[in-house]
Amino acid sequence: MALTGIEIYKFLPKTNCKKCNFPTCLAFAMKVAQKTVDVSVCPDLSPESKAALEAAGRPPIRLVTIGPDAKKVEVGNETVLFRHEKTFFHPPALMVRIKDNEPLESIEKTVAEVSSYSVERVGIDMAPNGFAIDNLSKDAGTFAKVAASVAGKSELPLVLMSTDPAAMEAALEKVGGNRPLIYGANAENWEKMAQLAAKYKCALAVIGKDGLDSLSELTEKITKAGVEDLVLAPNTANLSDSINTLTQLRRLAFKKAFKPLGYPVITFPGAASKSVEEEAILAAQQIGKYAGIIVLDHFTPALFYPLLTLRLNIYTDPQKHIQVTSAIYPIGSPKETSPVCVTTNFSLTYFSVAGELESSGFPAWLLVCDTEGLSVLTAWAAGKFDAERIAKAVKTLNLAEKISHQKIILPGKVAVLRGELEDELKGWDIMIGPPEAMDIGSYLKQMWKN
Amino acid sequence: MAPVELPVEKWTGKIKEVKLGGNGRKSMVIGGETTLPFLKFEGVLPNKPVIAVEVQDAPPKDWPQALVSAYGDALKDPGEWAKKALSFGAEIIYLRLKSAHPEEGNTGAAEAKKAVAKVLEAVDVPVIVIGPEVPEKDNEVLVAASEVGKGQRLALGNCVEKNHRTIAATCIADGHVAIAKTPIEINLAKQLNILLCDVGLAADSIIMDPTTGSLGYGLEYTYSVMERLRIAGLMGDGMPSMPMLCDVGEESWRQKESRVTTGVPETWGDPAERAINWEIITAISLLNSGANIITLRHPKTIEFLKNSIAQLTQAG
Repeated sequence: MALTGIEIYKFLPKTNCKKCNFPTCLAFAMKVAQKTVDVSVCPDLSPESKAALEAAGRPPIRLVTIGPDAKKVEVGNETVLFRHEKTFFHPPALMVRIKDNEPLESIEKTVAEVSSYSVERVGIDMAPNGFAIDNLSKDAGTFAKVAASVAGKSELPLVLMSTDPAAMEAALEKVGGNRPLIYGANAENWEKMAQLAAKYKCALAVIGKDGLDSLSELTEKITKAGVEDLVLAPNTANLSDSINTLTQLRRLAFKKAFKPLGYPVITFPGAASKSVEEEAILAAQQIGKYAGIIVLDHFTPALFYPLLTLRLNIYTDPQKHIQVTSAIYPIGSPKETSPVCVTTNFSLTYFSVAGELESSGFPAWLLVCDTEGLSVLTAWAAGKFDAERIAKAVKTLNLAEKISHQKIILPGKVAVLRGELEDELKGWDIMIGPPEAMDIGSYLKQMWKN
Repeated sequence: MAPVELPVEKWTGKIKEVKLGGNGRKSMVIGGETTLPFLKFEGVLPNKPVIAVEVQDAPPKDWPQALVSAYGDALKDPGEWAKKALSFGAEIIYLRLKSAHPEEGNTGAAEAKKAVAKVLEAVDVPVIVIGPEVPEKDNEVLVAASEVGKGQRLALGNCVEKNHRTIAATCIADGHVAIAKTPIEINLAKQLNILLCDVGLAADSIIMDPTTGSLGYGLEYTYSVMERLRIAGLMGDGMPSMPMLCDVGEESWRQKESRVTTGVPETWGDPAERAINWEIITAISLLNSGANIITLRHPKTIEFLKNSIAQLTQAG
């Protein structure tokens, strides 16, 4: 929680000595609050004040890193409750649970499938982030063996799931160097687990299913024992517990600056679900509201592709619209006689038009002009979607080589560009499409002979 | 140690309650919540979100096989279709008068009356009637629908700025609710509500449709606009405090991910499973951002979302 100038001022010596090159302590405090100068510039700050200011300046939700550097995931350090207030920064890691009592062969198969899975959307590659190895066998040797096997087959981050410190230590001996998340500490084993976390420099999940009171008591004990990188595992077994508890945790961190619960959260949406669809619903809710690591029991592309897409959607920065690359996109399997629609490179505009073309039944070419991520009318008003730009796109993207006709369809909202565009593109027929994307299908039915 | 003090917000506003149905028809109230979606620790959610299932006035030409086989012959008759939807768990019927579209048959008031009458006859749950979304045609068929359902408190849409006077007038005359649709923008949503109230429609006779972007196709815009509308309403602004409807069925089932079974990357996974996941993930996300009514199509989705809503709203 950022401090105000007045709050910082309270910690300063209040001598107005000017050694910091500011006229007064208050002026200095104001600059510190704006983050234009560091508080350590004050030479007379007492160690207690310094410690207090540093603690107050810590992010409300701690950033926790898991896994080897090449494939590490970072979770936490969020700053808002709602994405429209700024943006969400660290997308939740989507992991797959591996049961250590299953045959090694089938485990290895799953690990290979998950680690090679990657799916592309708007030019972004999306992939699962790791494995949670569950010590269902209750056997330390088996747990360690499976952990070593998974780590040998994949570089993705691991969560080690066992409440038995001996089993945990056996697994950490094999894979402790990969910075796995230790899952986890509870009221009985926390001292031993905290020692392991310190020894192997790994983050520690704190399991507390009986409410936030006991969970925060436990995290306080563990931080006092010197382990700071924590992940919370509260009760998120069903949709209602999950949204209520995770909202409380995030609000406690932001609104109350409540340190004992200022950590990212791990969830297991499959744990109490009776079907893969129920698991999908809970996981989807937790992507929006407010999980840091989500461990799924099922891995199928038909589940991960939509969940990864949702994660991409929710974690898109609302202030920076995703832009689509300026290009000629084939929708369906267009031929040289297919229609050409022109639009802007604002992703939502692109998706609306592409979606309508897709469902229109007309294979078509979609010519996307670079309008710096603005929608049709906004881009037109800002001078980023004019005849000159459209003509330039037609020429530089070599549209004429793809088609046998010379017709392009403009969005109806910029019908006014027709005259100028006819001058820019001599010999081309400039058609005026409908003002709204949803009418493209009926427009093509009327105006375009297949 | 002292117990953790729960971070409760003091909202001063409340989402308006809108009644649908009645006068011989089953009735229900939507809205009325005093907190953000499903936050039981903070406020009350007197009326749970409900599932509307789509029925069309003519057999759909563009539905993928997964949906066509789920409904079978019922698709041939709006009344039979509505009964089928009810058997799948529909709490509201969302009747789309698609054939009134100039490209889909250009049917008029007489046909609209027939289709609405059939559905009203077949089922006793509240009914929403949606025109072809061509404002002139909407006026024609929605006024006709309004007369047939007089007094049964239907919801009529879509009411947009262009036709809001006509739709408001018919809602006032026949005691219906308007579905006010705006293109993913908080100020436009608020503005249309103001316009409707200015022409005399009661504020408790408006449901907002903020325009649905499905998963992968603008979901995040709808999600955030809905959160902003809901927060504005709870903070005490009366004009964006109407309940919201999201057309999840139409939007998720028209995307490539839900329709195409061949010629797409293997990483997209099994088409049947993927299509269902596309619809349920869109639906749960928009419920969490404030939807009071969601439209759905596939029977499996209806079943799962109904269970989810029960879980989210059960007492305790």
